[in-house]
Amino acid sequence: MHFGPHLLLATLEGLVTSAVLALTALGLSLVFGVMRVVNVAHGEFFMLGAVLAWAITTAISGHPALGFLAALVIAPLIVGAIALVAERLVLRRLNYNPEATIVATIGMLYIIQQLALTFYGPEARPVEPPFSYRILLPWFGYSGYKLSIIAASALLLIATWLVLTRTKIGLIMRATQYDSETAQAFGIPVGRVYGGVFALGAMLAAIAAVLIVPISQAHYLMGQDPLLLSFIVVIIGGLGSLRGTVVAAVLIGLSDGIISMFFSPTLAKIIATLLVAMVLVFRPQGLFGTAAR
Amino acid sequence: MIETNKAETSKAEALAISGLNCFYGEVQVLYGLDLALNKGEVLCLFGRNGAGKTTTLKAIMGLVPASAGSISLAGKELTGLPAHEVPKAGVAYVPQGRRLFAEMTVAENIEIGLMARGKGKATKEQVLDLFPLLRQRLRQRSGTLSGGEQQMLAMARALCLEPQVLLLDEPTEGLMPSMIGKIRETVSKLREMGVSTILVEQRVDAVLSVADRVCFIENGRNRETVEVEELRADPSAVRRYVGVG
Repeated sequence: MHFGPHLLLATLEGLVTSAVLALTALGLSLVFGVMRVVNVAHGEFFMLGAVLAWAITTAISGHPALGFLAALVIAPLIVGAIALVAERLVLRRLNYNPEATIVATIGMLYIIQQLALTFYGPEARPVEPPFSYRILLPWFGYSGYKLSIIAASALLLIATWLVLTRTKIGLIMRATQYDSETAQAFGIPVGRVYGGVFALGAMLAAIAAVLIVPISQAHYLMGQDPLLLSFIVVIIGGLGSLRGTVVAAVLIGLSDGIISMFFSPTLAKIIATLLVAMVLVFRPQGLFGTAAR
Repeated sequence: MIETNKAETSKAEALAISGLNCFYGEVQVLYGLDLALNKGEVLCLFGRNGAGKTTTLKAIMGLVPASAGSISLAGKELTGLPAHEVPKAGVAYVPQGRRLFAEMTVAENIEIGLMARGKGKATKEQVLDLFPLLRQRLRQRSGTLSGGEQQMLAMARALCLEPQVLLLDEPTEGLMPSMIGKIRETVSKLREMGVSTILVEQRVDAVLSVADRVCFIENGRNRETVEVEELRADPSAVRRYVGVG
């Protein structure tokens, strides 16, 4: 294959990675931005989304699209409910203390992971894509499903942006993010907002997992990579910044896709990690974050 | 928005605090504080830095928990209410340093004020009539306003709650003299409208020009409450509790 088509293929692969990464990292970023909680268990909510997608698609017979659509709706709802219970039982009792919640979410990570191992098992299991249409380009054919992941992610990111900037719920979330004490003085029930945001963050990770699982596989350890990459994206983009999260996800996803294809996946990871180090040294608030007040 | 009924209810209590104790962790900050705010009056809390004035306001708002004592709003107990229920009961707070949502626009800050209690557009219009300058700045990010404009917005946001009681923590801090005059004017106007105000203030001239009564607070205890006329005639209390005047 010539360089041009090769680069196009690498770019498309990178955009698929970016799309999933942007959704996952946005969940992590929202939780930290609003609650100041570093959720180390975020990758496990991603894994739960994929495992539940497998369980739901396996349980529903008929056309694969039917099971997939059910998984796309039900899996994030179940994961959101689990996150809400975890928030009420653990984070709230710790009064959202930043240090204590890091330790607590590490504990949550292992509990969720081991429960998945116990009830789901150690095998990696495939989920059938809802459709298997291939788009024929002059140089190669490309999965229509992969392109639909990019479109779905873009739609969800736009929807999240609209909710945050144009609705009353978004106004409440932003007020809580900027100054939770003043928000309470204006009648905003901060505890309930925290519960909702934690559930929303987990649901975004679960949606990303349901979208990606037909082209990867569901496995109980699959939450580790998305967690690491989400932290990289959130640090580069700036914690709590939606725009920064999207830009950094595209940057990391594209560099991952292109460098992995032309050189090696290891080099792509090295460059991403170097980028994080540089951002931490020269612009600790991230590319689009605001400096701590 | 705010009914003009000062004359008929001037002696009724808008807010009463009795035996209030508050702690920051292990450290006790308020010791059995007693306070009574009459309807439609401006009561000034006066004292040195660290005396407990801001803590008193935060305790009223439920932002600092009361370990003992009671706070009641026109007979309704506020103690023990979650902090987000206090503004719904009719108390509005303008914190020290304004604490606007700086990344949000002026309109969004006002919208936050309207959420808990206001009557929507009608309340917004009445509040903007009080601060006409904000009308031209609705789409501006509030963090880019001048200090005086930010203070006006902080007061406007609080008044969107249609409060019976307004808590103002050092509203003239760091402002130009012309802006200080406007803030005083607004406080006086609110009194005419029947809003009861607790004002924390460090400037003696500001206290004398707007307050009806002054409560001196020292080491977390209320020492003495005097009518402002008495203070004008004999300012020795200011020297006694604050060391100036």
